[in-house]
Amino acid sequence: MEGPVLFSVESLSKRHGSGLALDNVSLRFEPGSVTALIGSSGAGKSTLLRMLIGLDWPDEGQVTVDGQPLQPDGRMALRRRVGYVTQDGGLFPHLTARDNLALLPRHLGWSAAKIDTRAQELAERMQLPQDLLRRFPAELSGGQRQRVAVMRALMTDPAALLLDEPLGALDPVVRFDLQEQLRQVFADVASTVVLVTHDLPEAAFLASRLVLLHQGAVIQDGPPEELFAHPANDFVRRFINAHRDLPQVRP
Amino acid sequence: MMRWLAVALAGLLACGAASSAEDALRIGSKNFTESIVLAEVLRLDAQRHGLQLEHKRAMGGSAILWKALLEGSIDAYPEYTGTITRELLHDVPADATLDQIGEALHKQGIGIGQPLGFDDSYALGVSQELATRLGLHTLSDLRAHPELRFGLSNEFMSRGDGWPGLMAAYGYAPKSIKALDHGLAYRALAGGAADVIDLYTTDAEIRNYHIQVLEDDRHYFPSYQAVWLYRLDAAQRTQQFEASLRDLAGGVSLQAMQDMNAAVMLDKRDETDVAASFLGIRGATQQSAGMLDRLWHRTLEHLRLVGISLGAAIVFGLPIGIFAARVRRFGQAILAATAVLQTIPSLAMFVFLIPLLGIGARPAIAALFLYSLLPIVRNTLSGLASIPAPLQEAAASLGLPAGVRLLRIELPLAARTIIAGIGTAAVINVGTATLGALIGAGGYGEPILTGIRLGNVPQILEGAVPAALLALLVLALFQGIEHLVTPRGLRLPARN
Repeated sequence: MEGPVLFSVESLSKRHGSGLALDNVSLRFEPGSVTALIGSSGAGKSTLLRMLIGLDWPDEGQVTVDGQPLQPDGRMALRRRVGYVTQDGGLFPHLTARDNLALLPRHLGWSAAKIDTRAQELAERMQLPQDLLRRFPAELSGGQRQRVAVMRALMTDPAALLLDEPLGALDPVVRFDLQEQLRQVFADVASTVVLVTHDLPEAAFLASRLVLLHQGAVIQDGPPEELFAHPANDFVRRFINAHRDLPQVRP
Repeated sequence: MMRWLAVALAGLLACGAASSAEDALRIGSKNFTESIVLAEVLRLDAQRHGLQLEHKRAMGGSAILWKALLEGSIDAYPEYTGTITRELLHDVPADATLDQIGEALHKQGIGIGQPLGFDDSYALGVSQELATRLGLHTLSDLRAHPELRFGLSNEFMSRGDGWPGLMAAYGYAPKSIKALDHGLAYRALAGGAADVIDLYTTDAEIRNYHIQVLEDDRHYFPSYQAVWLYRLDAAQRTQQFEASLRDLAGGVSLQAMQDMNAAVMLDKRDETDVAASFLGIRGATQQSAGMLDRLWHRTLEHLRLVGISLGAAIVFGLPIGIFAARVRRFGQAILAATAVLQTIPSLAMFVFLIPLLGIGARPAIAALFLYSLLPIVRNTLSGLASIPAPLQEAAASLGLPAGVRLLRIELPLAARTIIAGIGTAAVINVGTATLGALIGAGGYGEPILTGIRLGNVPQILEGAVPAALLALLVLALFQGIEHLVTPRGLRLPARN
């Protein structure tokens, strides 16, 4: 496969109703890095992520991929190199888990044997029992569905992996387990990873760089330790502190 | 899943293709008893000469039969001289002689036979009892009795060659004139509500109600002599055909025609049977012998109408619906256009299409095609548009080309809605196709129309019941297909 993607965005702005979804955002996502976009709902995180593969277009500014400006007619080729996972997984209900995984590889001309080998390999990595691949999405639990969704994104060994609140709809225990697996996946693949989440501990656990967005603008950008040590302003401080401490539970 | 759809479509189309199309000579008749009986007489007479004719019954009015004759979809039909000069030809005077008419027709490749022997024209009639009491024999005799009450049909009151001219020609000044429906005139006379009514000289009721037809002594009414109109090329090609056309000239008296009309209308006898008795043939074979044969024949005709029109509507409606879903701006316009088509009454639609496509199955299929478009286009559009946004985005994010997305993701997700639309179109189609009989398309509508004409309920049912059963069958078929094409994954209850 080819090397990981370098995404960079320059002066992105996007109006959304009366306000701004994105306000003059410029960022670089280095090849092979793992970045988490964090912030409250409506901060513009998802909009920014979607723009990276042309699912949304900025009113101003530009997205460049490996130094080339992203054009409408280049979207399909880019998306085939990028794995994309959404909060609800986006699995097609009329296809079994296995057929969901096979959609793109089959179009790229993979043999059924190659598809199955790859699917089994990923099932093992995501700790999904093999026989569940024969099931339809409606026959899987929420956590199983998200595992399949991540597997679908990884099937063709993509040059980048974009995840939009991938664990947002899961219960805490399942979420905890999947965070562990995702961290392992991010470590194993060479892809450039951009993850959207509003959960700060999750972001700090999964990513080496946090980008905090507020009202469409970048407030702070750096490694988790730096964010915790030197919050850029009051909002960042409140965002960090917006978690309840639990009493210690004896094992 | 799409495979099942293809199989079902192929089946429908195959039914459609299995139509009868041998190259026999064909004769037609208008949609009233006298015309049908005359055509049956011709068919049976030709059969006696060893020539098989196909009789397309009750095809419609004069304009339709004339057009069919010119186009060659029929080779002969019975017509009336007055109609030829007034409605069909525009370059001959209303009182043209047979030779003049024949000359004008010849230019169009049409021949006219010698008069069959009776005249079916307008006349006035009174009860025989009244005629005897007042000594009424001719129309002139009425002038002396202004006290008699006239009950006249609406059409007769308004036609140029009807009442206004008649009143002037004979100098009538009646005290009371009432407009009546023609169907009620005889009963009005019998009930004493009117003394004088207008009638057609061959009406079956004339003898039944003991009517005295008054003689047109001033020759006011134009002549409506019954004659054959036929294609000259057909007569030249087939000697026996010409012989049969000649055979009947002068052979059908006014009395005989009245008797035959009465036998069908009042005694409820079959037209073929009546025609056979007239020719002195015993055990005449009907065109399609048994009821099962007839039913089978009509079922094929009906399926052909439905199958071809529905197949075409699917072939065109699906892409139109897909296009409408892709380009929303056009989507609304396309939906509006197909909805407008839907509002055109079927009869009006047939009339619009006749100048373009002639008569018979073709305009009927075209009309049914247009009616089938709306449900198919609308359901394709709404099936595709109602795919949840996250799924549409997931499909887009995979980087698959539009065609692959359509076939593997969008159409399967919309399949249930699309098939429901096709099913709706099919059921509407089966019902509407019965109206095709109005323009000679055959099918289950044929016995329905005949039954209505004769007031024969069993005959109406012979068409209506199979049509209803076919509609139910089609409904069940499409429910089955809907189940088959709905991907199993969509039939499962969701779980979390």
